[in-house]
Amino acid sequence: MAKRKILGYRRENGRVGVRNHVIILPVDDISNAACEAVANNIKGALALPHAYGRLQFGEDLDLFFRTMIGTGSNPNVAAVVVIGIEQGWTQRIVDGIAKTGKPVKGFSIEGKGDLQTIADASRQAKEYVQWATELQRTECDLHELYISVKCGESDTTTGLASCPTVGNVIDKHCADGGTASFGETSELTGAEHIVASKAADDKVRKEFFAAFEDYTKLVFNQKKDDLSESQPTKGNIAGGLSTIEEKALGNVEKLGKQTKFVGCLPPAVAPSKAGLWFMDTSSAAAEAVTLWAASGAVIHLFPTGQGNVVGNPIEPVIKLSGNPKTVATMKEHIDLDVSPILQGEMTIEQAGDALLDMIVRTANGRFTAAEALGHREFVMTKLYRSA
Amino acid sequence: MIHFLIHDTSDNVGVVVVDVAPGADCVGRNLSNNAALKAHSEEAIPLGHKIALRDFAVGDTAIKYGCEIGTIVQAVKAGHHVHTHNLKTKRWA
Repeated sequence: MAKRKILGYRRENGRVGVRNHVIILPVDDISNAACEAVANNIKGALALPHAYGRLQFGEDLDLFFRTMIGTGSNPNVAAVVVIGIEQGWTQRIVDGIAKTGKPVKGFSIEGKGDLQTIADASRQAKEYVQWATELQRTECDLHELYISVKCGESDTTTGLASCPTVGNVIDKHCADGGTASFGETSELTGAEHIVASKAADDKVRKEFFAAFEDYTKLVFNQKKDDLSESQPTKGNIAGGLSTIEEKALGNVEKLGKQTKFVGCLPPAVAPSKAGLWFMDTSSAAAEAVTLWAASGAVIHLFPTGQGNVVGNPIEPVIKLSGNPKTVATMKEHIDLDVSPILQGEMTIEQAGDALLDMIVRTANGRFTAAEALGHREFVMTKLYRSA
Repeated sequence: MIHFLIHDTSDNVGVVVVDVAPGADCVGRNLSNNAALKAHSEEAIPLGHKIALRDFAVGDTAIKYGCEIGTIVQAVKAGHHVHTHNLKTKRWA
């Protein structure tokens, strides 16, 4: 088959994006109001309010900066206005994003107040939006896209149909020289031996087990019961999944049949070369997708059984489902129906090709269901309490 | 019509892929080798839930994808519904 092409935005650093956002990024919770005011003033600008950014420290602070800088650096973002309460951390985020070569400018509120900051930042945002809206899509190879994968509100149909469909795409994308990432560390419990067997070498396998065991320790240190209704969720249980082991075994179907993963990433760290990567993430959908977007992923593949409705402000989330009831009752959330697999009326191979076609259409500009419905969940992973 | 699927030949539970009524003769398929299977349902089992393909005693292990998915905590007869009321995690117990 001829190599699939897409029409994308090639950024200053050569990376390819599929959206062209101008984002207004708050450094901290108390700058959300100013960012939302700027986005309200300037049509086409997108504010990304969040709950953190004050008094964080240590590894939690490192992850915070990686997430903020990574989000601004994502190739789906054309230009960035950063607004923070004070100048220091604002500039640190601006400097981090500026390494990509894209336009970015910071504004701080102390000494001026919200209104002056909003006026200054709005003038800058207007210039960025007018510049960005003149950028043209150009032909790029599909394998230039960095794709992340994670399922949510899974049920048994996820392991039978939608996750193997994603696995088929992972095999094809990585064989073509593409980059992809999976994660959901705790949700590999019961299938970690399968993940380990897919590590490219012993070093990668060891790194994976270190991250896995670290997360397992967290679960055992904090748990009060067997986590039933949290993991698996009540939705998972309603869909027929009984235990974390059963959920994990369906989950890892997304890793494909042939592909070995080439490395392990801490949360929100960008892959350093092509291939499939494990990222140490939470299994909560909005948190995990936010981390992948911050690592530079430009399209997310999201199998769902019972109908998780998650989206992300900058990374389009393509939803597929193999549950015929969900496809019927939650039609507006599902981009691709792979339920005919259950009756043997569609093969995994055919479903994988259909998903590749949907990736191309999405990359070329088609809004995903989550985009059309306005799902913009931007959720920071917080490792522990602030100082 | 296919009523249930198994992932691996060693699986002792199947996933029903349509809503199954009590007392139904069910047609199944083994996804690993495409072999046809049969089961008889003893109770209603909703789409996506598991049917016992043999009798289980307390302490037995349920197998799906050819792997352990938990411990049986209440005896189950073939054709009955296997779920959180009779199956618990071994890992986070």
